[in-house]
Amino acid sequence: MILKTLFSQLFTKPATNRFPAKYMPKSVLGFLGKVKEGKATLVPPVPVPPRFRGKIAYDREKCIGCQLCIRVCPAKVIEFLPEVKKIRMHVARCTFCAQCVDACPVDALAESPDFLLSDTDRSSAALTVE
Amino acid sequence: MAETQNVYEIPIGPIHPALKEPIRFTFRVEGERIRGVDIRAGFAHRGIEFMAMKRNLIQTLYLSERICGICSISHPITITLAVERAAGIEVPPRAQYLRVIYSELERIHSHLLWAGVAAHELGFDTLLHLTWKVREQVLDLLEELSGNRIDYALPIYGGVRRDVAPEQIPKVEAMVRYYRGLLDELLDAFLRDPSVEARTRNVGILTPKEADSLCAVGPTARASGLSKDVRQDRPYLVYGELGVKAITPRDYGLEPRGDVYDKAVVRLLEVAQSLDLIETCLYEMPEGEITSFPKIPALLAFLKKAEGEGLGWHEAPRGEVIHYIRLEAGVEEPIVWKVKAPTYSNLMSWVPMFRDQEVADIPIIAASIDPCMCCMDRVHVVRDGSPGTVLKEELLRLSRAKTDRVTRHLSPVPRHGGGL
Repeated sequence: MILKTLFSQLFTKPATNRFPAKYMPKSVLGFLGKVKEGKATLVPPVPVPPRFRGKIAYDREKCIGCQLCIRVCPAKVIEFLPEVKKIRMHVARCTFCAQCVDACPVDALAESPDFLLSDTDRSSAALTVE
Repeated sequence: MAETQNVYEIPIGPIHPALKEPIRFTFRVEGERIRGVDIRAGFAHRGIEFMAMKRNLIQTLYLSERICGICSISHPITITLAVERAAGIEVPPRAQYLRVIYSELERIHSHLLWAGVAAHELGFDTLLHLTWKVREQVLDLLEELSGNRIDYALPIYGGVRRDVAPEQIPKVEAMVRYYRGLLDELLDAFLRDPSVEARTRNVGILTPKEADSLCAVGPTARASGLSKDVRQDRPYLVYGELGVKAITPRDYGLEPRGDVYDKAVVRLLEVAQSLDLIETCLYEMPEGEITSFPKIPALLAFLKKAEGEGLGWHEAPRGEVIHYIRLEAGVEEPIVWKVKAPTYSNLMSWVPMFRDQEVADIPIIAASIDPCMCCMDRVHVVRDGSPGTVLKEELLRLSRAKTDRVTRHLSPVPRHGGGL
C-alpha cells in the first residue's frame, strides 16, 4: 500500500510549497532584489486563513493610552510613550497570541495577515509599530 | 559488582544526533548488549516556574504554553483548570466542549509527529515523510481555528478565546474524514510492515508490573496493558460524559507485551479515538457563551482578588500532566506554580526498557516513551555559577530554615518565592 502511495507521488505535485523559488537561489537576498526589478517571479507563500494572527495592526488615532495591552502582553513587546500617551510595539519580540487585541477596550489593535517579518535589524521600521 | 571486565561505559548525550533533546545516558555495555543505564536529566531547565512569579496570571498562561511546543494546548488547559479551581471560576459548557476539541486535535498532531520520529529512528525515512505530510492537515486545521500553526493561544481562564465558527465546521468534518480514510494506510504502513515489526517487536519491553511500580503514564503505561488514562480515571471538562476508555493493545486484538510495537499500536489507535471524540463534540456541543469573562479587565480584577490553591490535571498526548497553583488576594502573580509533565513520570521506565537490548536499539527505545525534556526539567540548582546536586539532608535543612523564616516574620510566603 505504501509503495502505491510512493509511486503515485512521483507523478503528483509535491506537498511542499516551493517558496520563494522553485529551486533554492544562490543568494536569497539577491533573488529578492531581482524580484523587485521584475527579472524573476516569486512563488507565492501558502495563503493564510481568514482569522490568521499576524503582525499586530495599530490604529494610533483610536488609542486612548490605557496601557491595558502592556499589562497583558506576555512577551513585553509594548512600550508606553508617556508624552503622547500612545504605544510603540517591538514586533521582533511578539509571540502572536493577540491577547492585546482581545484586551483593547477601543479596538485600536487588530490582527493583520502579515507574516513575512524576517529582518537583519530587529529595530527596523518594518518591525516597529507605532 | 558481579559484572565482568568486559563491561564498558558508553556515554550518550547530553547533545547527540540520536537524541532530539538534551539528556545524558551512561550505558554499561557488554559487547552489543546493554547491561544497565544511568540517566541524568536537567539540561533543558529554564526556570519557567520562577519567571511566572514575576508575571500576572494572563502572562503566565502564555508562559505555560511555551513549556513545550507540542503540548501547547495541554499546558494552558491544565493551568486554567488549576486557576479555575483555585479562584472558583465556572466554565460555560460550550467552552468545555471546545477545549476537548482543541486538545484532541493536539493529540492527533502529537501522535503523528511521534510516529514520524519513530519511523526515522528505525531508519525508515520514507514513512517519516509520509506521516509528516499527512500531519499537515491537522496543523492546517489548527491554524484555521486558532490563527497560529503552533502555540495556539486558545484557552483562557473561564473559557476559550475562539469559537468554531459555523463556516469552519465543514473543514473540521473534512479533516476527520481525511484521517479516517487514511488510518488504514497508516496502520498498514506501521503495524503490518515486516521491517518495522522486526525492529520493534520485543524491543524495549516494559512489563505491566514494572509500568505500575514505576508509575508510568500515558501511552507508555497503556502499551503495557494498564488501563490508565486521566480522561477515564478522573474525568474533567466533559470527558466524563463522552465516556473515554483507555486504549490498550487489546483493542487491536493483541495481548500487550509493552514493547515499542505496542506503543505504536496505542498511539495510532488513539488517533482514531480522538477523531471520534472530535466528531461527537462537534455535534453535541451546546450553543452559548465561550467564556465567563468576555472583558479582560474584569478577568484581571477577579484574578487579583482570588485566593486559594488549585490542582489541574489533563491527559496530554504523552500522559498525565499536573499543574498546582496558589493564589493570594491582592497579588497578581501566582505565589506558587508547580508543573509535573508526563515525561517526568515516564523517565524511570527507561531503565527496565533498556536492559539487555542492543546498542542499535537505543534511539528507538529512547524515543518510544515520546520524551519531552523541556517539559520535564524543573529543578536544577546552580549557585555561584557552579551546578551542584542538593542532597536530602541539605534540602531538609533549607526547608526548616524557610519554615523558621516564614513563621518568624509571620508574613505570608515571600512574594517572589524567597529563593533558597
